Amino acid sequence: MSTALITGASSGLGRALALRLAKDGFTIVGVARHPEPLQALVAEIVTSGGKAHAIPADVGDRESATRIAGEAHALVGHVDVLVHCASTLGDTPLRLVADTEPDVFDEVLQVNLAGPFRLTKALLGPMILRGRGAVVFVSSDAAVEGYPTWGAYGASKAGLDQLARVWATELAGTGVRVVSLDPGDMDTPMHAAAIPDADPATLARPEDVAARVAELLQELPPTVRMKVSS
Amino acid sequence: MKAAAGPIHSRLLLVDPDSGAMRLGTLDEALTAGDVVVVNDAATLPASLRGATAAGDPIELRLATPPEIGWAIVMGAGDWRTDTDHRPAPPILAVGDTLRFATLDARVVAVSAQSSRLVQVRFDREGAPLWHALYAIGEPIRYRYLDRAWPLERFQNVYAGRPWAAEMPSAGRALDHRTILALRKKGVGVHTLTHAAGLSATGEAALDRLLPLPERYEVPETTFRALSHARRVVAVGTSVVRAVESAARGPLSGVTSLRIGPDTELLAVDGILTNLHGPGQSHFELLESFADHAFLTEAWETADRLGLQEHEFGDEMLVLPGALARMRPVERTAA
Repeated sequence: MSTALITGASSGLGRALALRLAKDGFTIVGVARHPEPLQALVAEIVTSGGKAHAIPADVGDRESATRIAGEAHALVGHVDVLVHCASTLGDTPLRLVADTEPDVFDEVLQVNLAGPFRLTKALLGPMILRGRGAVVFVSSDAAVEGYPTWGAYGASKAGLDQLARVWATELAGTGVRVVSLDPGDMDTPMHAAAIPDADPATLARPEDVAARVAELLQELPPTVRMKVSS
Repeated sequence: MKAAAGPIHSRLLLVDPDSGAMRLGTLDEALTAGDVVVVNDAATLPASLRGATAAGDPIELRLATPPEIGWAIVMGAGDWRTDTDHRPAPPILAVGDTLRFATLDARVVAVSAQSSRLVQVRFDREGAPLWHALYAIGEPIRYRYLDRAWPLERFQNVYAGRPWAAEMPSAGRALDHRTILALRKKGVGVHTLTHAAGLSATGEAALDRLLPLPERYEVPETTFRALSHARRVVAVGTSVVRAVESAARGPLSGVTSLRIGPDTELLAVDGILTNLHGPGQSHFELLESFADHAFLTEAWETADRLGLQEHEFGDEMLVLPGALARMRPVERTAA
């Protein structure tokens, strides 16, 4: 029995991926800040014959990683796949980096970079001793391009990419893979908050991207950073 | 010996009962290909719950087992800063009594015949909501010699999985990722089991003498196979000795009442990596299954002379026959 812990599971790519992996037979542990949409996801998975658990938590909270790891291990025994979908843009509408308040910048780094570091650290040890596991950071093209107003977000995602590179090197040969995936522009609530006037017809559907991510997880290519085309 | 007041970067005393040699060193140099290290992967529970009885008497409930089993010790007012032996006595509880915690209630469903402090409780919820509430309001069981209320994450080993341990299986602190990867690279196996390590103190002398209480354990078949092919087996902590020796005498999973002491013949474990606990402590008696009292006392005195620190967050020693068989220069390691 394989298990997947997905943060940001209540909307967008996280939700689509939870539904997809549940359909593929994974037991899902969904993590998100808001309990109601998270419970709705769990109910949807259970109703269609899958297995899922909810852990309401904020990955940006410095003390949440130990709690999430403890609750997840108590509920499902072990975690095979960890996907970090939880992410914040900071203030929207997005602002020039020099107009970004330091506390907003800090919050973006906590949720998008330090939080994934802490949760990965809390779940990695058992993966190494079992000799298998996959950690997926969800990145963005804002990590490599200098898009105006995407400063805090882009810096956090660039940090994630680099964290994945170092971790992948350190864990070579352990059976545990760490990768960062750039899912491209998707029709999600977060994308709408960032770019309200985008034409949804030009955006990928999160369900299609989730299907592609699920395929990739079956056999991850050797690269650390990869783009997902649906 | 001074107790470590917080998690230190631990030093290691290598102790070889065969040659009688002992000196500071590293796990890496003491072990060779074919050796197997076994760890207890139980995560430390947020086992301490502050609350009150229905009558309003303050209590601290310390889970001795995972919450769905619910055996626990009741303590009176106060907290970890006071020696458990000097805490005010708790109110006497009876079956049916309700205990209230911040966002969680429990009912007493059994009181031990051995002590009225040892009770079994049933919480008002189960599964994910119970775990969520426990992690929201529970604290790790802390020790009075700590200098601050270290958070739960500092009571976890790097490989911590299911939250089964009432107190930290603290010998595992010596195994950081660097050490685990280095051991594996040289052909030393690192395998897991899960053992619900219980409480180390109850606040009542008669009950303390019954410790450890029966504890749940689970040895995976892959680990047991690795043990049977191992050159030497090193248990990381006393809970691993108890679980492995129980599995060697009975089923791979179950509840064990095995007590290990000077007269125990070890069937499966050759050595132990352990925190420092001095002569007179129950922990020391367990070590006497590995080496005799006089030799262990000498090791203790050597550790003291070298300035090592005792207890859960402190330094460690490896008691293993042949640990210093091939005398090599001490490897220098980064501070």
